[in-house]
Amino acid sequence: MNNMSNLTGPKRRMRKKSLPERIRLHFKKYWQLHVLALPVLIYLILFNYWPMFGVILAFENYSVVKGFFHSEFVGFRNFEFLFATQDAFRITRNTVCYNIVFIVVNTSLSVLLAIILNELYLKAVSKTIQTMLIMPYFLSWSVVAIVVYAFFGGNGVVNALIRDHGGATKSWYTYKPIWPFLLTFVNMWKSVGYTAIVYVASISGIPQEYYEAAALDGATKVQQARYITLPYLRHIIVIMFIMSIGGMFHGDMGLFFNVTQNNGALYPVTDVIDTYVYRALKTLGNTGMSSAAGLYQSVVGFILVMISNVIVRHVDEDSALF
Amino acid sequence: MAQLTKRQIRRKMRAEEKAEGVSSFQKINRIKKSTNAVLTAVMLIIAILTVLPVVLCVIISFTSSESLTYNGFSFFPTSFSAKAYKSLFATGSQIVDSYLVTILVTAVHTLISIFIMMMYAFVLAHQRFPLKRFYTFVVFFTMLFSGGLVPSYIINVNYLHLYDTIFILILSGMVSAYNIIILRTFITTTIPMDLFDAAKIDGADDFRVFLKIVLPLSKAGLATIGLFSLVGKWNEWFVGMLYIDNPKLIPLQTMLTRIQQKIDFVKNNSSVASTPDGQALLKNMPSEQTRMAIVVVTTVPILFAYPFFQRYFIQGMTIGSVKG
Repeated sequence: MNNMSNLTGPKRRMRKKSLPERIRLHFKKYWQLHVLALPVLIYLILFNYWPMFGVILAFENYSVVKGFFHSEFVGFRNFEFLFATQDAFRITRNTVCYNIVFIVVNTSLSVLLAIILNELYLKAVSKTIQTMLIMPYFLSWSVVAIVVYAFFGGNGVVNALIRDHGGATKSWYTYKPIWPFLLTFVNMWKSVGYTAIVYVASISGIPQEYYEAAALDGATKVQQARYITLPYLRHIIVIMFIMSIGGMFHGDMGLFFNVTQNNGALYPVTDVIDTYVYRALKTLGNTGMSSAAGLYQSVVGFILVMISNVIVRHVDEDSALF
Repeated sequence: MAQLTKRQIRRKMRAEEKAEGVSSFQKINRIKKSTNAVLTAVMLIIAILTVLPVVLCVIISFTSSESLTYNGFSFFPTSFSAKAYKSLFATGSQIVDSYLVTILVTAVHTLISIFIMMMYAFVLAHQRFPLKRFYTFVVFFTMLFSGGLVPSYIINVNYLHLYDTIFILILSGMVSAYNIIILRTFITTTIPMDLFDAAKIDGADDFRVFLKIVLPLSKAGLATIGLFSLVGKWNEWFVGMLYIDNPKLIPLQTMLTRIQQKIDFVKNNSSVASTPDGQALLKNMPSEQTRMAIVVVTTVPILFAYPFFQRYFIQGMTIGSVKG
């Protein structure tokens, strides 16, 4: 062995260069690419990777003076506090349930709208309708919150209608039962047009020959949608689905904080993990518990993406994300 | 036999297509006329209902206060007035400040954002670059896992000292993994690698290839991503809520949310509303028309930009559906 390596050693060095040499050559050839990548790399390190190590906050009693690495380490006590309260269950239930409803409602509705839009005789009318449907997508959540207020505020249209018909007006912003429906509806209003147009764009990419052949064989329009359009859209639906599974533990602050006007009376039905974390941080200043909730959210989200991707890879390999 | 007839039908239809310029097959394989009429009507109604709430806001902003106290919010107010807009630009320099901040932040953010993301996407598009996989992973992993709000907040405030500065508004959300992957796909699908190689042989280095070949050829991709970050930044309210106190730096959308929530808080808590402080606050707060006027003023620029960009927008969504 020893002999062998002695013999091959010098030869090898001649063929294969040493590590520092290789690094030098690599940079000589590619330094410009590294320079081009640098700004994004620095950004990601500062704003994405550093905070990832910052999750250590969830395990300590953070003090600004002592900093990240010298604050008192408390183990899982923050998590114990979090899960000892009713809040943990409530915010998890709300976040997950809303997301499931959103995914089902938005996907089915936007595929349906896309198929119909694609069938209308007059393309100009179809384009106009699309332009109108997508409008709410361009509104900010701050604006959406006020639009909702215009309908459900004390002076709002809904109360005006009730008053006109002799009913008793209500303070909708403290009336819990309508909010699950209202939030689902607002979310739908804001995003369905956008998703529908994504689907319209992909439907227009389906080769016409398929429909031609099907029609000649006597397939009805519904059958064509069922056996050609939907299978063709499966790929993109699955990708969108995986991405929304990953977001299963995320609630949109715009929807749950801004549209509900952060109203305490509504927390039982509107409080999600994100709003909880925000409040624990900004109003209570409780970094330990809020970062514990945040880490819980990130970890479960990460596991969900991984699991759903594995499942998708088994069912339909082409649709898997990675 | 059946095969033959089908083929004949097709041939006949193709001939007609050429003659008419419209696919005659599509004419045959259409929904029934009556179905079309019904569906068109239904879709038009849905579309109008979609837009209507915003129309309501515009109407409220022009409603006179007498009509508002008498009727509440209504699509058909009894009298109109432009007072809200006058008071908006007369009394508060706040809206002017916010407008300027938002324009500055949006412009700078978008320009830097698309430029550095394009640079990175160009690196990822190099098939032979040995570290390609590593660099791709570095970006991709941020899509899967994040430290969450609190560590970011602590780092931005205590370590990077970005609290209450314009830099946090510009920097937040500047790099999006998803957009980088879209841009990379855009480069690899629209620009042939041979072009890079040819330029290299002619003595161009990577910087030159990027500036002289990739940037000019990727205008459509840049416009799409640029539109997304433009709209996203203009509409961003949460970063301002988290980090900004200085009135001179509050972005438009944050200002809107702050006003709305403050009024709501006072109104919903009778104990606060009955105090002199609460009363004064309610009195000095912008009226409902003024708030609606702010909505109109903040939304109009985006709505103007959007038909202009619509072409790129739809194109971008289709690029986005290509697997990364």
